[in-house]
Amino acid sequence: MTESKRVIPCTEAVRQLWDYLDDAISPEDHDKVERHLSFCRKCCGELEFGQEIREFLGSKTSQEIPPEVKARLERFVEEL
Amino acid sequence: MGEGEVRDRSREAFQRLAAAELPALYSLARRLVRDGAEDMVQEALLHGYRSFGSLKEDATGGRWLKTILVNVFRDQLRKRARSVEEFPVDEVEEFSLYRTLIDEDPLPYSDTLHHDFLQAFDKDDVRVVLMRLPEIYRGPLVLRYMDGFATKQIARLLDTPLGTILARIHRGRRLFEKELWIYAEEIGLLRQEAVR
Repeated sequence: MTESKRVIPCTEAVRQLWDYLDDAISPEDHDKVERHLSFCRKCCGELEFGQEIREFLGSKTSQEIPPEVKARLERFVEEL
Repeated sequence: MGEGEVRDRSREAFQRLAAAELPALYSLARRLVRDGAEDMVQEALLHGYRSFGSLKEDATGGRWLKTILVNVFRDQLRKRARSVEEFPVDEVEEFSLYRTLIDEDPLPYSDTLHHDFLQAFDKDDVRVVLMRLPEIYRGPLVLRYMDGFATKQIARLLDTPLGTILARIHRGRRLFEKELWIYAEEIGLLRQEAVR
């Protein structure tokens, strides 16, 4: 079996899942993760959860600014 | 901007841009630093005002101000370089929130355990957890997943090799998962959710 065909264990697949989602791993590693996911239901769950956490982080941004801070910064801008 | 249009780079034009972007700038600063978000925004505005003439397109003004803010953050990181510590990664590298939730089953009546766990946190909780992360990990994590910067752009803005940024995002994610779990235990969030 060549290096790129090697089956990787869950620990290695999990370590690379977010990078896999980000497309931040080499094509060889990408293939290894995909091959692992093709037979490992548990790691598919990890992958889905990784995606959910990314969306969770993206949803927790707010553009709120306390009125007193806004007023001070507006005064700062006016004085530029 | 179309050909022949005149770009307004007056003081008043900058003030209009800055006023419109204040909430976005302040909220980004609050995600990046524990204290001093307001000072950071002021410094970014000052830099922005001085270099307003270099803004090429009006439509990108908000993003342009955000990148200036990230530059200010980078300069602060550099000044604090000696006190910024790498985290002992081995401790978190093997942590999996997904599996911890399965093993600990904190919401025994939930059919969608992982989803419901995340739903227990609001924006303020997430900020508390983010602030527990060393800033060298928090910065790239926030910029990538909360503000949508590409990893290559983060590397350029923070003047750090791409490989280092990728590693810090990776470690940042692991740390975030672990701190989220610790925080949930500390404040009894899981117990509250269980009785709801």
